[in-house]
Amino acid sequence: MFKWLEKNLPKIVMAPAVGLIGWFVYGFVLWTLYISFTNSKILPKYELWGFGQYEKLWASRKWLIAVDNLLIFTALFLIFCVVIGIILAIFLDQKIRAEGLLRTIYLYPMALSFIVTGTAWKWILNPTLGIQKMFRDWGFENFTFDWLVDREMAIYTIVIAGVWQSAGFVMALFLAGLRSVEDEIVKAAKIDGASLFTVYWKILLPMMRPVFFTSFVILVHISIKSYDLIVALTQGGPGISTTMPALYMTQTAFHKSQVGLSAASAMMMFMAVAAVIIPYLYSELRRENAR
Amino acid sequence: MQDSLKSSSYQQLEQKSKYTNMFLRWFLYFILILFASYFIFPLYVMVVTSLKTMEEIRQGTLLSWPSGLNLESWAVAWGGRGYGAGDTFLRPYFWNSIKMVVPAVFFSTFIGAMTGYVLTKWRFKGDQWVFLFLLFGCFIPFQAILLPMARTLGVLGISNSVVGLVLVHTVYGIPFTTLFFRNYYISVPTELVKAARIDGAGFFKIFFKILLPISAPIIVVTVIWQFTQIWNDFLFGSTFSFGEAAPIQVALNNMVLSSTSVKEYNVDMASAIIAGIPTLIVYVLAGKYFIRGLTSGAVKG
Repeated sequence: MFKWLEKNLPKIVMAPAVGLIGWFVYGFVLWTLYISFTNSKILPKYELWGFGQYEKLWASRKWLIAVDNLLIFTALFLIFCVVIGIILAIFLDQKIRAEGLLRTIYLYPMALSFIVTGTAWKWILNPTLGIQKMFRDWGFENFTFDWLVDREMAIYTIVIAGVWQSAGFVMALFLAGLRSVEDEIVKAAKIDGASLFTVYWKILLPMMRPVFFTSFVILVHISIKSYDLIVALTQGGPGISTTMPALYMTQTAFHKSQVGLSAASAMMMFMAVAAVIIPYLYSELRRENAR
Repeated sequence: MQDSLKSSSYQQLEQKSKYTNMFLRWFLYFILILFASYFIFPLYVMVVTSLKTMEEIRQGTLLSWPSGLNLESWAVAWGGRGYGAGDTFLRPYFWNSIKMVVPAVFFSTFIGAMTGYVLTKWRFKGDQWVFLFLLFGCFIPFQAILLPMARTLGVLGISNSVVGLVLVHTVYGIPFTTLFFRNYYISVPTELVKAARIDGAGFFKIFFKILLPISAPIIVVTVIWQFTQIWNDFLFGSTFSFGEAAPIQVALNNMVLSSTSVKEYNVDMASAIIAGIPTLIVYVLAGKYFIRGLTSGAVKG
């Protein structure tokens, strides 16, 4: 008995983690999947109903707006975060004075919650007392910046705040990547007469392919899950103009009590994340096994 | 010989482009400082706004300096105005968050250390798959587990309680803590463990005598990561708790959204800073470990 215990102790120690994740992650996802095929309203029902919820979902104007917003947000969020992140990383890599301080400044938003930063941005962007008033007081009488209350433009305020929060993270990833490149490569290229621009554009950035890939995966992941920032900044408004899938899911489940429909929207989000993550994990594991 | 030739021609090259370099460097600093001001701007606005009176806010601009060190809105944000109903302030929710964060960070870190230890030093057949099984938990969108989790907490009788949130954060922290410890322990030479095993040391003795003493850096990284994640969480907090059991982020959001007659931006900003200060302090004091946590899941090796 004691021998058996000793031999299997590692597995016994593993068991709680595997059990908890098995139940609370895999079991729960399967439960949500099942419920998405039922006609559950306030309480879950267990007879199968087919793809009805998915049909309802893709016929819903609000969901289509949410998906549209997600695409706009993801595209802009990706482009701005990566461009700003790369510029800052390359510039910081030039033996800059006070590099540590600058890095701290670029990255501190990552330490704050989206609710905190959303509250701050909401105050800054509000037309009556925020940026708009600041410029008008400075003498630009006709200056207008009311995106926060403009149906067409409100989604871009979420981009502004989102990029502000996450660009520093991309900077940190690229800076780590650039620092891991041998100095000799850069020196050799310079001796061959390559300008600094060429060195980065032709040699270093192409070497950063894994970092691009990682940033892409992480940023897309953040944007699909984005919820807190929207709640703090716009609550999905004005109207429903800044709804995103994560907000749609919780609103449908907990305010509208359409459990089946919200399960269907959750599964769509799950599939979107899986489509990005599974190739990523696969390539990461292959890289690790190759070493 | 060749090496020295190379480096001297390299120096000549450096010399020639000295003037272009000087211009470039000014440009460099200009851009870097420009971005620094973009990043610092909201924090600056938060701080100065929290120190102003509403009168000053209406008259000045976002950037204008407060007339003095007016801490009244901080007092209101933290302790309220002292009239009963409808007087929401952050103090009780701040403690809710502390009561939630401390056990959740402890349990998830402990479990992660154990699983990371087994996965690297007591390898068994299929352990790669077990790791992948756990790792996938890092990436699931939590929307896919919200509905069953809400029901489970109800069945267990711990919905709308700090205990419930501790459970939720512990469970969904395990994939991350496992990843951190596993990646750290994998670089510890297995020979150490093997030698100890030959000497008759058991499973726990090896962990406490050999691995734990060298684990300080990864424990710091993991604790900071988990602390930041859990403190800043809003989705779980707002879904599984309301009213008096809510953590601070939820309370902050309610406070800002509650539309009492006049919007008091100075109190809002003071509240936001109070909700952000613990993680900000950790970041300033241990930024190195914070960044390591952020990037270690992403850039390996």
